[in-house]
Amino acid sequence: MTTNSDSKPIVDVLILGSGPAGLTAAIYAARASLAPLVLEGEPSSTGDQPGGQLMLTTEVENYPGFPDGGITGPDLMMKFREQAAGFGADLRGEKASRVDFSARPFKVWVGDPDTPEPTYLAQTIIISTGATAMMLNLENETRLMGHGVSACATCDGFFFRDQDIAVVGGGDTAMEEATFLTKFAKTVTVIHRRDELRASKIMQDRAMANEKIKFLWDSQVEDVLGENAVEKLVVRNVKTDEVSELPVTGLFVAIGHKPATSLFSDQLETNAVGYLVTEGKSSRTNVPGVFACGDVQDDTYRQAITAAGSGCTAAIDAERWLESEVH
Amino acid sequence: MSENIITLTEATFDEVVNGNAAPVVVDFWAEWCGPCKMIAPILDEIATEQGDAVVITKLNVDENPSIAQRFGVMSIPTILVFRDGELDKKIVGAKGKSQMVEEMGL
Repeated sequence: MTTNSDSKPIVDVLILGSGPAGLTAAIYAARASLAPLVLEGEPSSTGDQPGGQLMLTTEVENYPGFPDGGITGPDLMMKFREQAAGFGADLRGEKASRVDFSARPFKVWVGDPDTPEPTYLAQTIIISTGATAMMLNLENETRLMGHGVSACATCDGFFFRDQDIAVVGGGDTAMEEATFLTKFAKTVTVIHRRDELRASKIMQDRAMANEKIKFLWDSQVEDVLGENAVEKLVVRNVKTDEVSELPVTGLFVAIGHKPATSLFSDQLETNAVGYLVTEGKSSRTNVPGVFACGDVQDDTYRQAITAAGSGCTAAIDAERWLESEVH
Repeated sequence: MSENIITLTEATFDEVVNGNAAPVVVDFWAEWCGPCKMIAPILDEIATEQGDAVVITKLNVDENPSIAQRFGVMSIPTILVFRDGELDKKIVGAKGKSQMVEEMGL
């Protein structure tokens, strides 16, 4: 750590986000004696939170090292966190509200973004803010959030025992949620806007084989009806334009994620769909000293293990950059 | 869990909610809920900081489903704030500390 003229400390490595990518970067940077500061984020129920999207999942069966039935997402992230803290990473439950990458040291604000003085100064920044769950953006969906509309099956499935519910989406998350929800619900209708799923074969097979799961193909949710709680959905068939009503008491939205880049999009290069662009196999963004890893820069693989791998890349890139540019 | 947080059950719920001059905050949670675990330390801090100005409690929905049902809790974490025994605020979903304190009206 160095200090500038008015003696505000400058951290060597500041990590934004604490999913598999951010915490792996923290483990590597801490072991390299770079005393990383991790802004873990603040609690939420959308995936944009300390621990990241895995905090909303149940069993993770494909993370290597856990052959006996896997490990739950929250437990896995607790272990990541403990390991990072054990090597001396400074983990804080704070969320950046503004960044300035125009000059070095880089500036990061927490809390009121209009304060002239930044909260932290850093030689390098590792961005691992991940992605947040997308919603349908219907007025009634927002109104009935927590009253039958949910973005977290593991949190809320319990409340829909013996009820008819629906899951929107066709990817792995949607299949996982639909399968999980059959533990409670009477029936789960998967509503998907295409006539085939995006989900991996194993997740598709598992859902298709489940007698409680029904599929509504080529269909889109147009509205969510109900006074104080969800009563039915208005569904449109995108091929025939036919509109029908589906009586359900729960709606679980699993239509994908968008990268959490709103803080950076005016300062860093992003691709057509909003993900941060990194150079070749590296984690380097277009601003030297700013690195990105995990889902915020990965619109292809988006797995816990690929996020962790890219977090390691970012820590090594940051360490080498510090050696050549600063120390 | 701090000693400042009272564990409620179906048997003690009404007595605690009705029997306090200070606002009573009830955190509906369960073991299987990731976001619930994340807000637990925040509630701990609020309990410590606010002292007697507020009564912070938690209620396990797995063990006490009838209370969740009575107040239409269909998502956790949900936080209910009672003032003079009346339901005053309902906060759905995990939030950061400052937003939580503000929404509780503390």
